[in-house]
Parts: sequence; structure tokens; C-alpha cells
Amino acid sequence: MSDSTDGLPATVLIRGGTVVDRDGERRADVLIESGRVAAVDGDLTAPRGATVLEAGGCVVAPGLVDLHTHLRQPGREESETVESGARAASLGGFTAVVAMPNTEPALDSAEAVRHVLQLGAGVSAEVAVAAAITVGRAGERLAPMAELAGLGVRLFTDDGAGVQSAGLMRRAFEYATDLGVILAQHCEDSSLAAAGAMHEGAWSSRLGIPGMPSAAEEVMVARDIALARTTGGRIHFLHLSTAGSVELVGRAKREGLAVTAEAAPHHFSLTDGCVAGYDPLFKVNPPLRPADDVAAVKAGLADGTIDAIATDHAPHAPELKDLPFDQAPPGMLGLETALALAITELDLPLATVLGLLSWQPAAIAGLDPASGGEHGGPVAAGSAANLCVIDPTATWTVDLSRLASRSRNSPYGGRTLTGQVRHTLFRGEPVVVDGEARR
Amino acid sequence: MSPFPAHLLSMDDLDAEDIAEVLRVADSFVEVGRRANPKVPTLRGRTVATLFFEDSTRTRMSFETAAKRMSADVLSFAAGSSSVKKGESLRDTIETIEAIGIDSVIIRHGSSGVPAQVARWVDHCSVINAGDGWHQHPTQALLDLYTVRQAFGGGDVGLARFEGLQVVIVGDIRHSRVARSQITAYAALGAQVTLVAPATLLPPSLEGWPVVTVTHDLDKVLPKADVVSLLRVQAERGSGEFVPTLREYTAGYGLTVRRAAALHPDAVILHPGPIVRGVEIASEVAELPAALITEQVSNGVAIRMAVLFLLLGQVPVGGAHRV
Repeated sequence: MSDSTDGLPATVLIRGGTVVDRDGERRADVLIESGRVAAVDGDLTAPRGATVLEAGGCVVAPGLVDLHTHLRQPGREESETVESGARAASLGGFTAVVAMPNTEPALDSAEAVRHVLQLGAGVSAEVAVAAAITVGRAGERLAPMAELAGLGVRLFTDDGAGVQSAGLMRRAFEYATDLGVILAQHCEDSSLAAAGAMHEGAWSSRLGIPGMPSAAEEVMVARDIALARTTGGRIHFLHLSTAGSVELVGRAKREGLAVTAEAAPHHFSLTDGCVAGYDPLFKVNPPLRPADDVAAVKAGLADGTIDAIATDHAPHAPELKDLPFDQAPPGMLGLETALALAITELDLPLATVLGLLSWQPAAIAGLDPASGGEHGGPVAAGSAANLCVIDPTATWTVDLSRLASRSRNSPYGGRTLTGQVRHTLFRGEPVVVDGEARR
Repeated sequence: MSPFPAHLLSMDDLDAEDIAEVLRVADSFVEVGRRANPKVPTLRGRTVATLFFEDSTRTRMSFETAAKRMSADVLSFAAGSSSVKKGESLRDTIETIEAIGIDSVIIRHGSSGVPAQVARWVDHCSVINAGDGWHQHPTQALLDLYTVRQAFGGGDVGLARFEGLQVVIVGDIRHSRVARSQITAYAALGAQVTLVAPATLLPPSLEGWPVVTVTHDLDKVLPKADVVSLLRVQAERGSGEFVPTLREYTAGYGLTVRRAAALHPDAVILHPGPIVRGVEIASEVAELPAALITEQVSNGVAIRMAVLFLLLGQVPVGGAHRV
């Protein structure tokens, strides 16, 4: 690929595709110059020296945005780095990810946030940072939220754990209101979840694995909705997994509260029965739930109760997934399979799937043009060229050895999925071409 | 008849025919146990390892005695003193043990599912579950069946008695691997299983369990019971979260002298041990002829010999399925 002399990526023409964005669907070629979309039109001629990316039979869409990525840096570089995670994101069609703060140390200080932002400056996708609500994610005192908001942090969460104290959460809501930031909650009441390692129900009872009841999630969803009502604050619910949670969020939205929610691909594609063989690849938090909950999550994605699909990409080194089930850390990879799982498992129009994976999460993360960001925007002249080109009918088999992530803890190895990322462009640069990462 | 499974991980691995076979084979090993020299050469040249990550005296001794009576070489890995303590992973430990050339690994672990994980990692070694977390303890259930069959006439006569037999399991079923194995085992032979426990000590769901009745009223079910199987109350369960006090537990669920008097004359009392006298069972009741606690222990050796025989003894030394 030839780069132009000022360091900006070369001119690129995406030819023969169908553009799908928030504004609808049209057959159009997309010309990119200097990192931005220069033209979108029926048939464009490639300028001299332009890189041409073929998109026949494909959809050209705004790049995907992941609200929930664990990049593991600093502290767990053996399982993922900002660079390897960004490469996995690019291969999955994502042009922006929100890095979760449960690193070691946690992202609860300006120094830590700056460090990750610097690591993210040169990689193949935009790395936004979610910072911790409380110092050390310990749930005891507020992190310096104003200072961190000043560095561009839009989302605050203690993800991996919920803020257990309702009183402290109430103060966080109030404090966040002035900062224009959003709190995001991993809803799990620790006294109910206790030592649970899977969903509490028929399967946990048979398998003799300590369970986490649905109520452990639902009581915190209900509590935070009440706090949003009390404070007028905004709350985003991470990885909703139960029918009861979806119901609560739907009711809060009808009431007009400032509530958004996401769901992870594994919560609409796997059930707690997958744990039957005690394979820790299926251990995740919130846990895999029974079929009724899976159906409710799907319905919530279809009717708009759930605003976004977020991966909860959680890399773990192989030896950690060889531990006994109750001792293994929870979490599974997600970036490289999320889009295909959504296309395969959800009976939704592609534009709806793309809304759930691109412009809706971009708006929640403050990464959309309306918030001054560059993602999820319409594919139109002048907008930043953060794009993905998807073949929505191609089938492929997940090969764990080919994943770009440093880890291999995906439960989908060997699964055949529909929908494949052909090309990904980040700020005009083709970072994935024909399914291969370029850097 | 289908071949005996390669591993014994759960009572779910055995159908009624497999169970009957284990009991039949155990009969001959009970006979061996009565001899002046209770040793047979059946497993000569075989090596069996016990790998216990949880403390256990009786189960480990029972398995090791069983293996030695069959002339197997027995290696004993104590997790506390082995390389596990130095940070070696479970998988590496298992691969090391297999590389040494062990034919069967008998494993006990505090986490449910470890024997199933281990069975996926080994190529030729037979895995026997000697108790995993709250999940299963299949040889305990088999020795219970053997003891009941013996009490009700032995042989095919005793076996036939399981059809419709009223079995009452009392106590901490939620946290009990013994109960999970017993319920499957008794039901496989046609017994009617009743569970008696406060709701806090029952599993969160009994969906799909072959259980006929669940009650908190022990007095109501005792007169009809043929078998009363008690579970040990773990002291930490009586600390206020699951039951308010052990005293309150005993009042509702203990097999007291008064309650034992309500049993019909042929009924038998089982307990996997170790018993906590005065909590789940009164000292006097534990001494009654109907209480078969000692018989359970001695039958345990024969049952474990039978299991080792069925898993290993029918394969020539060197392993038929070994490449």
C-alpha cells in the first residue's frame, strides 16, 4: 500500500458495495481521501494511485464500536495488550473500543488513564478508556472523576464488580451529573452472588456448582433505576443477562429515565446447559442463563430495550482456563466473533444489527459525531473514514489458532457462523483487507 | 450388555445393568475379604494412584486397601506435600502422573467437575471420582446400595427389593455429593426417593431429579421408610446462614431415639460417616442393629475392588486401548 507524503493514508476506493448506515441503505461506491470520506456515489472512478477494495455483495457500514473490551494492559499482558486487542477489534470490524478499567492497577487515576490512552494512540482502532467509579474498584471512595473526565473519559464503571453500597452509588450519580459522563454498572449483588460460579438453577443444582441467582443481577438493576430516578442521573447497564433485568430496563425507559443497556453475544447464543462438561471456557460473568433468559435478551435487542451489543471481550491465559471450574476466572473472547454471532443468532435486519453494534454504542460512549467523535456516523462526504465492509452471507468456521487475540478462550472454536468482515478502515487506512490484518 | 465405562465420574455413567454388575462382582470380593489372606493377584503389575486434594481418611484408606488386596501397586499423592503446593497446575500434575505410567487415578477434589476435566486430559488412564465438590461420590452410593441389598437378602433377592423401596435421605442435600450420587443410584434401581431437609439445605432446583417427595416433615415420612440415609451436617452450615443452630437442626431433622422408635422393624439406617453423634444421629441410634454404618465401611472396600476390577481388571496389563 502506498502512503501519501504527509503520512496520511492513501486514497482508497471501496467499490461495488451497498452502504448501510443510520440513514438507510443505498448502492454506492465510497471514496476516501486523507482519512475522510470524500464521496459516496453510485459509480465512482478510482483516482490514479488509489487503493481499490472490492465490496461486491458486501455491505459498507460505519465501523463497529465496542462498549466493553478488556485489553488487560497494564498488568495482564500475557493474555492481551492494547495492540493485540486492537488488532482483534479491527478483524472483528470494530474501529473503536472502550477499554474497561479492571486492569492491574485499576484505571482509577489520571496517570493510569493517560498510560492506556498513550498505548492506544498508535494502534489499529480508537481506544477510549472507561475509568473506575471508585478507587481501586474497591467500592469505598469515589475515584477522581472530574480529573478523569478532563482527560476525555466518558464512561465510569467498576466492571468486574458492581458498586455494592447504594449510598456511595447515589453520590456517584450526583457527582457524575455535572461532568457530562455516564455511569455503567456491572449489576451483581455480591451477597446474593456469593461464591457462585454459574447461573443458579437446574444445571447448577445437578452439577453441584455454586450458583448465582438471577436476582443477584436484578436487585442491582432495580436499585440503580431507583437511584437514576432519585438523582436524575444517567446509567448504562452492562451485559444484561436475565429476563427480569430486560423487563426492568424496559419499564424504566417507558418511564422516561435516562437508562441504556447492552447485551453480550454469549448471552444470546449460549445457555447454562453449556456448562455440563465443566469446561471453564463457558464460565463468564454474568453467567450463561437458561433459554428463557436468552429469548428475553434477543427480544430486548429486537424491540430496542437493549441499545447495544457489547462483546465483554475478556482474554485469559490458557492455564487459567485449565483450573477447576469454580476457581477459573470468568470471561471469554468476543471481538472477532461478535458480528457473526449477531448475524447468525439474531433474526434481525442487518441495519438493526449494525445499529446495535455501531451507531447506538457510539452514541452511548460519546464517540459519535454528535458528541464530537468519529464513529458510528453516516457514511457521507466529510465524515471520518472509520468503516467496515461486511459480507453478510459468507460462512466461516471459527479457528482459534487464527485469532489475533493473545488468548484462545473462545467457546466458539469450530463453530460455523454467517457474516464475515472483509475490510476495516480506521481513519482511512485499510487495517484489515480481505480478512487479513495489515498491522 | 454395553461395555463398562472407561471412567467412573458420576452415577450417571452407570445404568441399572452396570450397577448390578458392580454389586455382583463385589460379592466375590466380600468373600475374598473374609479369607485369612485377603489378597488376590487380579491387578498385579497395575499401578493405581490416589490423588486427594481434600483431606479424607476413610475414603482414601478404603481405595488403597482395595487396590492392595488386588495386588496393584499404589501411589499416594497428597496435594499438600507434592509439587501442587509449589504452584504446579492440576493439568501438569495429571500429565506427569500419566507419564509415570499409572493405570488409574483416584481423585478427590473440593471443586465439582475436576474428575471430568481430568478425564479429558488423560489418554489411557482410568479416572475414578472419589468425591468432587458438591457433585458426586459414586463409590459411596454403590457401597450404600450394596449394604441395603445385603440387608434385604443379598444377591438377586436383595436386588429385586429396590423396586418400590422407600428411601428417605435426610440432611444437607444442597452441599452433598453423596446425596447427588445416592439419588441417581437408588432411582436407577427403582426405589422411591424422598428428600427431607429445610429449604436452605435443598438444591435451588430439583428439576429433572428422580425424586418422588420433598418434605421438611421427617416424622411424617419415617414410619413408611425402608431405608433412612442420613447426611453429615457440616458444622459451618449450622453457623446461622443455612440453619440457625445445630440444636434447631437436630430438633427438626436429627434421628433421635424417639424418631428411631417410629421406624418399622425391617428398616435400616445408613450414614456415609464420619457421624456427628448428637446432631444428625443420636448416639444410641447409631448403635442399633438397624444402623449399618460399620457394614458400609467394610463393604466399601469390596465395592472399590469391584470398580477397579471392572475398570482395569478386564484389560490385559499394558492396556488394550493403549497405543
